Amino acid sequence: MDAFLSAFVSILFHGLAYAMILYVISVGLSVTMGLMGFVNLAHGVFAMLGGYVMTTLMNRYGIPFGFALLAAFIAVALFSIVLERLLYSRLYRAGELEQVLFSIGIIFMSVALVRYTWGALPQRMVVPEMLRGSLDFGFRSFPTYRTFLIIVSFGVIAALWLGIERTNFGAQVRAAVDNRRMAESLGINTSKLFTLTFALGSGLAAFGGGMGADILAINPQYAQDYLIYFLMVVSVGGLGSIRGPFVAALLLGIGDTACRYLVPEFGAFFLFAAMMGILLWRPMGLFGKA
Amino acid sequence: MIFKWFNAEQGSAVERFAKRDRLNPLELLPWILAIAAYYVFPSYLPLGSQILLTILFAISLDLALGYAGIITLGHAAFFGVGAYSAGLYALHVTGEPLSGLVVAAIAAGILGLLSGLVILRTTGLTLIMLTLAVLLIVQEFANRARPITGGADGLNGIAMQPIFGVFRFDLFGHTAYWYCLSVLFVMWIFGLLLVRSPFGRSLTGVRENITRMHSIGAPVRRRLVTIYTISAAMAGVAGALLAQTSQFVGLATLGFERSGEIVIMLVLGGIGRIYGAIVGVVIFMIAQDSFARANPAFWSFWVGLLLVLIVLFARGGALGIADNLVALLRGRKK
Repeated sequence: MDAFLSAFVSILFHGLAYAMILYVISVGLSVTMGLMGFVNLAHGVFAMLGGYVMTTLMNRYGIPFGFALLAAFIAVALFSIVLERLLYSRLYRAGELEQVLFSIGIIFMSVALVRYTWGALPQRMVVPEMLRGSLDFGFRSFPTYRTFLIIVSFGVIAALWLGIERTNFGAQVRAAVDNRRMAESLGINTSKLFTLTFALGSGLAAFGGGMGADILAINPQYAQDYLIYFLMVVSVGGLGSIRGPFVAALLLGIGDTACRYLVPEFGAFFLFAAMMGILLWRPMGLFGKA
Repeated sequence: MIFKWFNAEQGSAVERFAKRDRLNPLELLPWILAIAAYYVFPSYLPLGSQILLTILFAISLDLALGYAGIITLGHAAFFGVGAYSAGLYALHVTGEPLSGLVVAAIAAGILGLLSGLVILRTTGLTLIMLTLAVLLIVQEFANRARPITGGADGLNGIAMQPIFGVFRFDLFGHTAYWYCLSVLFVMWIFGLLLVRSPFGRSLTGVRENITRMHSIGAPVRRRLVTIYTISAAMAGVAGALLAQTSQFVGLATLGFERSGEIVIMLVLGGIGRIYGAIVGVVIFMIAQDSFARANPAFWSFWVGLLLVLIVLFARGGALGIADNLVALLRGRKK
């Protein structure tokens, strides 16, 4: 019984850490997809870039973890503004096929460029001294870094939810997701709003990618390898929703960890089957607008 | 004025409609080139067979994506199921190749029908995700069902009997080339007849304006499921050709890369016109063969750049560009 309980707690804990990373990376994708209806498969590229910026700053220039992570957030957010203004904005009115192809093109280019710049091997992620080892919670001890990761993610999520619910900017975003034309008629500059949201979402992805570098290894194939996970969070959660992807990320993170632990011989089989079931039951996702 | 209009190069609308399905002599060109390639490049026959079966795969995708507008990133599921069933059939039942093609078509067709019935109720991102989910589930199954599929090692030691008991598969790929070419030719005629039939026209209607098709009472979902099934069966035949000519089936037949690349090749050629599949695959695979050998790391960069450029500037692909050039030469503005 004790072994069972211990396994259960273990799955829950590691699943939760995994889920937080998935959520922080994917939430921006959900909002931008809901806002502009843009099918952006290349969102993982921003998470990957965040991971590379952070590990490079830490490993090559010896910049402390916290600052490197912040720098990754800012650098990728700025970069995404350029990309959005130059390329993405031309395709808002295009069909889904065009958007899918365009973002696959971006993924392909990123794979080659990143391999050219940083090499084919996964990046080394050195956890800072302070966050190594494990924390004793009395009844059980947990790895410090993952505990830290969960706490920081919850902080980010709380700030994000407060921002969306309580600030003027958040209200504008919600209005534009619900009804873009109406929001525009009320004088909200949706194009500027979208650029800002896009940058924020990409920055968050970079933050999540950097922070989760030892869970999702930073390598050139990153955007392609984890694409399905980010898309699952968004499509199961429901486009345009903030809370939906949170629930979806929890299901996915804990479900995936449980599958790997309990039935490794089936791999991710049940996970994909469950996603299919949920999408067939609710095609717009758990919290999506019908 | 009226006189001139009647004698205009394109003729009246009625004439044009009557003529539109007649075979243009230009349409025989690919076949002449394919036969010529056999004599001109004898050392490239294995690549030639690969190109031919990939063209078949691309045509199958064109039926679903180009004509019916079903955006799928999981078409490799059918290619892989075709390859695995042809491989298993050859290993456990008989090495006779033609019945192997039929078995592969049926197996892939059944998967297409069953998954189509379920997933074609959805649209947009959800549909894309569901096509991916089907691929991932099949992939995971092939990976884990080691006793049946050989897992990551794949199916080895497939021995094929001669075609019709006469034409032996040789080491240099002569038979394989003609075999792939003949199968492709038959499937091409089938595809042309299909897309030019009333059924094919109604698919275009569904792609262009699904609401209107619903309101004129067309059985939209049944049409979509039908074409998805046909397309799946055809992709299965392409997979079977790969299994039979390379005598090996691996997990790569079910890879996401294969799904993505085939969409890219089709778009490169131009979607919704059958010939886009031929042009796109030939350009892509020849470029890949020569370029990827020289600089494999950067190959994906150029593919990505090309995709972005096509989406931004040339939505019709290579054949779309050719159309525009012809129109320009004739002095007409589009």
